[in-house]
Amino acid sequence: MTPDLNRTADPAPGPRLVLKGISKIYPTVVANDQVDLNVRPGEIRAILGENGAGKSTLMKIIYGVTKPSAGQIIWEGREVQVANPAHARSLGIGMVFQHFSLFETLTVVENVALALPGKPALDALAQRITEVSARYGLPVDPRRHIHALSVGERQRVEIIRCLLQNPRLLIMDEPTSVLTPQAVRTLFETLRQLSAEGCAILYISHKLDEIQALCHTATVLRGGKVSGECLPAQETPASMARLMIGKDLPHCEHGAAKTDGELRLRLAGLSHASDDPFGTDLKDIHLDVRAGEIVGIAGVSGNGQQELLRAISGEEALSEKFPVQVCGVEAGRLSPGQRRRLGLAFVPEERLGRGAVPGLSLTDNALLTAARTQGLLAGGFLRSGRARAFAQRCIEAFNVKCGGPGAAAKSLSGGNLQKFIVGREILQAPRLLVCAQPTWGVDVGAASFIRQSLIDLRDRGCAVLVISEELDELFEICDRIAVIAKGRLSPTRAAAETTVEDIGVWMSGMWPGADPASSPAPTESPHA
Amino acid sequence: MLELEARAAPSRLMSWLSPLLAVVLMLGGGMLVFAALGKDPVEGFRIFFLNPVRDLYSVSELLLKATPLMLCAIGLAIGFRANVWNIGAEGQFMLGAVAATGIALYFDGSESALLLPAMIVAGAVGGAAWAGIPALLRTRFNANEILVSLMLVYVAQLFVSWLVFGPWKDPDGFNFPQTKMFGDAALMPVLLDGTRLHMGFALALAVLVAGYAFMNRSYAGFRMRVAGEAPDAARYAGFSAHRMIWTGLLLGGAAAGLAGMGEVAGPMGQLTDKIGSGYGFAAIIVAFVGRLNAFGIFLASLLMALLYIGGEQAQQYLNLPSSISMVFQGMLLFFLLGSDVFIHYRLRLRRRTS
Amino acid sequence: MDATLLTSMLFATVVAGTPLIIVALGLLVSEKAGVLNLGAEGMMAMGAVAAFAITHHSGSPWLGVLAGMGAGMAMAFIFGVLTLSLMANQVASGLALAIFGVGLAAFVGKPYEAVALQAVPPIRIPFIADLPLIGEALYNQQALVYFSWALFWGLLWFLYRSRAGLVLRAVGESPSSAHAIGYPVIRIRYLAVLFGGAMAGIGGAFLSVFYTPMWAEGMVAGRGWIALALVVFATWRPLRVMVGAYLFGGVMITQLFIQGSGLQIDFPSQLLSSLPYWATIIVLVVISRNRNTIRLNSPVSLGKPYRPDA
Repeated sequence: MTPDLNRTADPAPGPRLVLKGISKIYPTVVANDQVDLNVRPGEIRAILGENGAGKSTLMKIIYGVTKPSAGQIIWEGREVQVANPAHARSLGIGMVFQHFSLFETLTVVENVALALPGKPALDALAQRITEVSARYGLPVDPRRHIHALSVGERQRVEIIRCLLQNPRLLIMDEPTSVLTPQAVRTLFETLRQLSAEGCAILYISHKLDEIQALCHTATVLRGGKVSGECLPAQETPASMARLMIGKDLPHCEHGAAKTDGELRLRLAGLSHASDDPFGTDLKDIHLDVRAGEIVGIAGVSGNGQQELLRAISGEEALSEKFPVQVCGVEAGRLSPGQRRRLGLAFVPEERLGRGAVPGLSLTDNALLTAARTQGLLAGGFLRSGRARAFAQRCIEAFNVKCGGPGAAAKSLSGGNLQKFIVGREILQAPRLLVCAQPTWGVDVGAASFIRQSLIDLRDRGCAVLVISEELDELFEICDRIAVIAKGRLSPTRAAAETTVEDIGVWMSGMWPGADPASSPAPTESPHA
Repeated sequence: MLELEARAAPSRLMSWLSPLLAVVLMLGGGMLVFAALGKDPVEGFRIFFLNPVRDLYSVSELLLKATPLMLCAIGLAIGFRANVWNIGAEGQFMLGAVAATGIALYFDGSESALLLPAMIVAGAVGGAAWAGIPALLRTRFNANEILVSLMLVYVAQLFVSWLVFGPWKDPDGFNFPQTKMFGDAALMPVLLDGTRLHMGFALALAVLVAGYAFMNRSYAGFRMRVAGEAPDAARYAGFSAHRMIWTGLLLGGAAAGLAGMGEVAGPMGQLTDKIGSGYGFAAIIVAFVGRLNAFGIFLASLLMALLYIGGEQAQQYLNLPSSISMVFQGMLLFFLLGSDVFIHYRLRLRRRTS
Repeated sequence: MDATLLTSMLFATVVAGTPLIIVALGLLVSEKAGVLNLGAEGMMAMGAVAAFAITHHSGSPWLGVLAGMGAGMAMAFIFGVLTLSLMANQVASGLALAIFGVGLAAFVGKPYEAVALQAVPPIRIPFIADLPLIGEALYNQQALVYFSWALFWGLLWFLYRSRAGLVLRAVGESPSSAHAIGYPVIRIRYLAVLFGGAMAGIGGAFLSVFYTPMWAEGMVAGRGWIALALVVFATWRPLRVMVGAYLFGGVMITQLFIQGSGLQIDFPSQLLSSLPYWATIIVLVVISRNRNTIRLNSPVSLGKPYRPDA
């Protein structure tokens, strides 16, 4: 059965979904406060808001993952209590999650079968998957295991899984954060096709340009409340940003970089086979980062960023010394602690559990990396007073809102914890700072503070390497930009001499002089 | 209906109240057990829980029993904090006893004041060496230390039994599976005249203090705490995982070996095939009930010793098998693990909406 | 070595491997759902003593097996409440269950220590039991031996052919994804844990009612732990569990036969008895050496607590 047979027969003239006064109260936070929303058949409605505004919670309520504390859900004219996701699917609601709800060790067809009612025969199902994927331009091989797929392919599996159930409402949660600009355009084609067939779409994002390109209407959330509704076509990014954060978007001060600084990081033909069977192998990576500049590495997640960072930080030791040179020392076989003593500091992507220990106090978390550099030890024993003082300095200098140095790391909001970690690393006066996803999941205020801190650090003569999936961020703070794709690194380009479009093309592995064997890129290839 | 609701932050109060709650629940559960067995619960309570502390001698016996428990438990706690799951303390205990016995038998008849210190060192080394096997296999071959250390308990038991039935059997011992009694110079001096409480208790207290300093004040202890709570953070900070596995297992093994030495050079005065009396396993409970913390372990080992002696009393006066202590010990740990939920969650009354 | 000896060694190997198969396959199911229950030794001990007591009082070994299964499930239920409902640490709770089960079994079993049971006659399968060499060894066996084979085939079908098995694997792989697409993760994990307990109980019952048949404190002798090791050794695959269990059975039996054979070898019996434990360690080392085999095959969420946010 093709998806649209049902839809054309669908007579419902009124709104497909209406939310009235939806609230969700957690012990520590009000995630949704009296939210009203409605969406008509064929409408693509943006749910816009910054991190922590309550977008994801609201969508989980509609999909039956989370129960609302109060309010009504009216589906096609009738009030419903969405008991669970299976119920939501039987109503005709489909959802594509930001963090995919796929099972790595199962095949595509098994993953799809898990979300369908009844007991579909896997062979027939594989056939249907192939049909739907052809129809909507979403190529994917139903027999492959999820762990062998690229991020873009995984998203296709999620979308196909929804489409097979003929949804009349499709929820997309931040779908483009894992895609190249080109893949985003393909996705938009699919979504427009669905909308033309009468499917209503709720599109969650904080990227203003995408919303303008795709969405008919927008509901803006701020602090769990609806702060406004608008027609994106009639707005400017600046006006929508004001609705979203209540003030103008901050912008970072950015002077010219030094170009002749001392060499602080050299990757000299770094190749490394990943330890993880699902990981990416690094292949012949060359890069120089000098004092007084910020170099950015763009790329779709899962293209070797994690492995590259581990090889630089020392969390993954190499078998040879020369491929990683920190401040002039061949450091490939040194431990993370030894590299720190050479002047390296590192802000990892995961804040809780890697950059900080959730259950320990900020004082203890200061000890995590600063124990030796800041003289917080005496004869193998901890100097608690000094550690507390250092934590206090991080808190003050980086404007961390918390209950003092004794507060547990997990009691801080994402943005404040990130400011603490960045502060802890910067206050150790590193000669080289490596920073992964510096503002991922951080609110706008903290994000611009962190970006400004990185620029200030550069101006004080530190070399900074930033790895990020947010192109806008890289263009805002970096002096030079390179792209990582399938474990290979492109040459760098001066940020001022390149464009988002160019870098987007590079992200699919096609940069001048790229090894033809490595392209087309994983996100574009059905058989990577 | 009742529902669990996550607390914003773990409750520090509950993390101290929870062991107390577990003890109270265990006492209540224990009285139910007595009633179910057709004994008067109040009388059962008196014999089981009060008899062991009725006079000075009883208390000294209690401390004697607690000595190996606190030694084993503090060693285990160091590893447990770093998620190094050494559950073979029982085997390390036996090997410590074997090593100390070896010294005592080899220098049999010696009056040297160095004999006892040599036995102490041998006990610790013996236990550490036995724990070194799982450490080596884990760091070299990634073999699960839970299973390896546990298998080595059975091996150790059979090894001891071979020794006392074979090469080390006392020729004048009427064929009993035991070595000859140690000479005076190989025995722990008694601390309190008229009791069996020996220097091992003082040694255990010293080890507790050292354990506290290591876990709470030293950088090495801090690194192990980090590794236990967030292994990725430990790796990020550059703390070597291998070193922590070695530290956790070797210290745990040394402490357990010391405890084993204290048994053969203390109340037993010889090595027999009954050396493995479950202290190594009971110490796991002690470590958890004591919150993996030196002071907590001190209290918990007294409690567990009470349960052991209570079991013996129950056998003597109530005609119940002494294994009833193990039932009580298990209940205690279950109740503790259950009560711990309130550290992170609170109970809330909620009406069903659908 | 003559044919009768070979047949009787094969026979004994199958018998020794059977409790390991039953227990390990049960554990495999709960581990596939992401729950690591280290309490197998305790569940087996309770199963053994319960089965023995009920068989003794009722005269029916089958009621005994049922009782053993019930006891194993009751123990597993305690574990489930602690780890699934109260989110207690699975390792600590499993250790507690092992210690508690062994202790409670010793306590409950005290009155039965001097009691003997009648041996349960084997079931002879017509015709194929007459096959030379293997007939007597394989097809003139206890009913529970046949049960272990049925369990193996049933489990193969369940895990890899049935939808319920697919859901079970999905829950062990990523409980949060399973929850997000609407499966009752906690309920499924309870069922898996209870199944593991039931099988451990039956395994214990086999030891006390069919194998020995008697009850003695400590008679499980580490078989629960060996079963746990077997699941790792088998990298969570039923066929390898079978093979591994018979290998271990073979090691146990060989050392017994050597001890009983009166062969004049100069090796103490106690040290021979420790062979199965060394074998477990060696196999663990061999299989764990390649981290990737473990990583690729172990259920991803194994041992990690999960609580859906309501």
